[in-house]
Amino acid sequence: MTRTQAEGRDSVNRIFAFLTGWALTLMATASASAQEMSEGVSDGMRTPSFPVPWQLNLQYPVTPIAEDLYWFHTYLLWITTAITAVVLLLLIWVALKYNSKANPVPSKNSHNTLLEIVWTALPVLILVAIAVPSYRILYDMDRIEDPELTIKVIGNQWYWTYEFPDYEIEFDSLPLTDDEIDYAAGQHRLLEVDTPLVLPINTDIRILFTATDVLHAWTIPAFGVKLDNVPGRTNETWTRILTTGKYYGQCSELCGIDHSYMPIVVHAVSKEEFEGWRADQLAVNSTQPDDLNRLAALPQE
Amino acid sequence: MYTTATHAHDDHHAPTGIKRWLYSTNHKDIGTMYLIFAVVAGLVGGGLSLLIRMELGEPGVQVFNELSESPKQFYNVVVTAHALLMVFFVVMPALIGGFGNWMVPMMIGAPDMAFPRMNNISFWLMPPALILLILSSVMGQGAGTGWTLYPPLSGLAGQPDMSVDFAILALHVAGASSILGATNFITTILNMRAPGMTMHKMPLFVWATLITAILLLLAMPVLAGALTMLLADRNFGTAFFDPRGGGDPLLWQHLFWFFGHPEVYIMILPAFGIVSHIVSTFSRKPVFGYLGMAYAMASIGVVGFAVWAHHMYTVGMGVNYRAYFVAVTMAIAVPTGVKIFSWIATMWGGSIQFKTPMLWAIGFIFLFTVGGVTGVVLANAGMDVAMHDTYYVVAHFHYVLSLGAIFGIFAGFYYWFDKMTGKSYPEWAGQLHFYTTFIGVNVLFFPQHFLGLAGMPRRYIDYPDIFAEWNLVSTYGAYISVASSVFFLIATVIVMTSGKKSVANPWGEGATTLEWMVPSPAPFHTFEEQPDLTSGNPVAQPAE
Repeated sequence: MTRTQAEGRDSVNRIFAFLTGWALTLMATASASAQEMSEGVSDGMRTPSFPVPWQLNLQYPVTPIAEDLYWFHTYLLWITTAITAVVLLLLIWVALKYNSKANPVPSKNSHNTLLEIVWTALPVLILVAIAVPSYRILYDMDRIEDPELTIKVIGNQWYWTYEFPDYEIEFDSLPLTDDEIDYAAGQHRLLEVDTPLVLPINTDIRILFTATDVLHAWTIPAFGVKLDNVPGRTNETWTRILTTGKYYGQCSELCGIDHSYMPIVVHAVSKEEFEGWRADQLAVNSTQPDDLNRLAALPQE
Repeated sequence: MYTTATHAHDDHHAPTGIKRWLYSTNHKDIGTMYLIFAVVAGLVGGGLSLLIRMELGEPGVQVFNELSESPKQFYNVVVTAHALLMVFFVVMPALIGGFGNWMVPMMIGAPDMAFPRMNNISFWLMPPALILLILSSVMGQGAGTGWTLYPPLSGLAGQPDMSVDFAILALHVAGASSILGATNFITTILNMRAPGMTMHKMPLFVWATLITAILLLLAMPVLAGALTMLLADRNFGTAFFDPRGGGDPLLWQHLFWFFGHPEVYIMILPAFGIVSHIVSTFSRKPVFGYLGMAYAMASIGVVGFAVWAHHMYTVGMGVNYRAYFVAVTMAIAVPTGVKIFSWIATMWGGSIQFKTPMLWAIGFIFLFTVGGVTGVVLANAGMDVAMHDTYYVVAHFHYVLSLGAIFGIFAGFYYWFDKMTGKSYPEWAGQLHFYTTFIGVNVLFFPQHFLGLAGMPRRYIDYPDIFAEWNLVSTYGAYISVASSVFFLIATVIVMTSGKKSVANPWGEGATTLEWMVPSPAPFHTFEEQPDLTSGNPVAQPAE
């Protein structure tokens, strides 16, 4: 997130504050309580945005984009609730006032030009009020100019492969079966993997997406990231995680028999811890010949 | 020669037995067959949705373990078949084939459809299409691709056996039926209106059917083209959608949704038309802003062709494309809002009777509003990232389709029941059906908004235990809805066999369209004389 982007968001927030003062207050309380309620521990790591039973709202946001989306959803919720309430109240009003007992003789009015102009123009204004923050978030979340780290997420039937192209790190992340889940350690059925993706916090991370067989979609709700993994294409978005912890996601594009069984786990750690993890990975890689070396070692025809 | 000609012109004989139905060229008989067909397909499609909700009532895989040796694949098959059945074999046949065939010729004062024999083949293509669809579910491993049939999963790499080919053929045949039907409706409505019925005097259901037919005529061939390409990819070695041969999976998505988005308006516009008539009839007032209503539907139809990629916000399209689709998608809220407000304005100042069809119509207006505003939320490409492929989307489209289009079908069913059967539906039974359905579907679908926001993905046979609570509530809602539907079926059979006789116009002075001037049930040949509207509406007799 560049400085101008952040300033732009602040000014838009201020412009719409008068419309959404109440909504923002409520959102602040709601997100605070959501954080308190959803905080748990799994494998000794905090899970800052795990859903709670009877959860009503989005998961607790831990990236700037997810925070924006959380705010924007609350903003939209106020608008849509107001519209629905107006329609409901009008329906109740006509039911009480213009039922055949209360009003035995119907009027014959069927036109009112002014009214028709108003109810065409007013929704346009509401839509503009929605579009302004919507476009800001859309362009903010698209991609980033100078990433500090690039990762590549590859979807396979039915597991994920992660690559750090700059460091020649590559590994598969396979789901744990129900029998392998350690409930005592706070692990969750259908959500755990053998090798989680490790990412540093407070780092602009570029994420590339592709797939080897069919469509998949990699998502972490708490990051506000979701993009399809399309075979033959490379998609791109970015994220910047603000809070350390363990984050979960699940494949979000129908990919066949085990679509329900390819979870995503990200460990967000401090930059120092990440450097340590990266060094370990490189050490592991250098002791084993990678696929290319093995290919090169094959006898040539 | 002479006697034969006289016979053909003067005798109102009606064929009987299998000839009446198999060879039928009568718009009412064909309409009846479409409605029965929709009920049969609805029983299958509804049964599948019950299986889905039973499975999702608690975490883990229980129900499908009993049903199949490969429960996970079979779940995907059931999800696919449920959607395809409901879209192509329930909603479309009921609204367009059923009510459209029954009412459009009567409403415009025409003796029948323009091409009665083509009407016959339109209907009789549907049962083979249904059989092909059922075969796609039971042959091989079954088509478990979702109704969107996204390649590569629907290609040879994802589903190598013949099941998907059956699904492709089912949609081809159903699509051919739709194209023939659409041609028939357009010709009928443009050429066969009674004297004096100008375009701007056509009943709104006729307007809705005309626009729907035009959408069908323009959208269905695109689906047919895409299906043919998929069929060729699977069987003849082409690679339209296979990146290994230079194709692109996203080409399918663009083609599919170029058809698929107009398709959702094809399903809802006829319901708009029905609701307009019912609101006007039971408020005993003319429709408020008639021209605005007609042109709102027309503009929804036109803009409906320019918004397809809002189903594809997360496929990796360029950000400027997404920005365009946000703007155009949100624009559709404007004519839709005009319709909602015009219905309320029609009631305003009226003398409203809350008979069964009116309850369904009011239920439609409110629930469609709920589905509409979640549609505005989803229209935002940024926001959609949080919701795409979660239960929020499932809740949204069931509010506009299951609670929108299906409420429209029930509204039309109760509104025209007397006209179609000559029997009078007891108010208590219709109202009980309405209230139980209203409660059931809301308990069923409203919690799915919460599940989606919390992050539960759709098309999952099993889910993390944290989502169990709302899923259980949703499943109870399904049980209520199913109980309500069973009551409806039993009540309808009883009323049709031993109900009270009805009259030509059971709804009184508010019912002003031409179908109410003929007896109930409408005779085999509708009009003894062609209605003439040049000097006013023959149905709307001034009260004084």
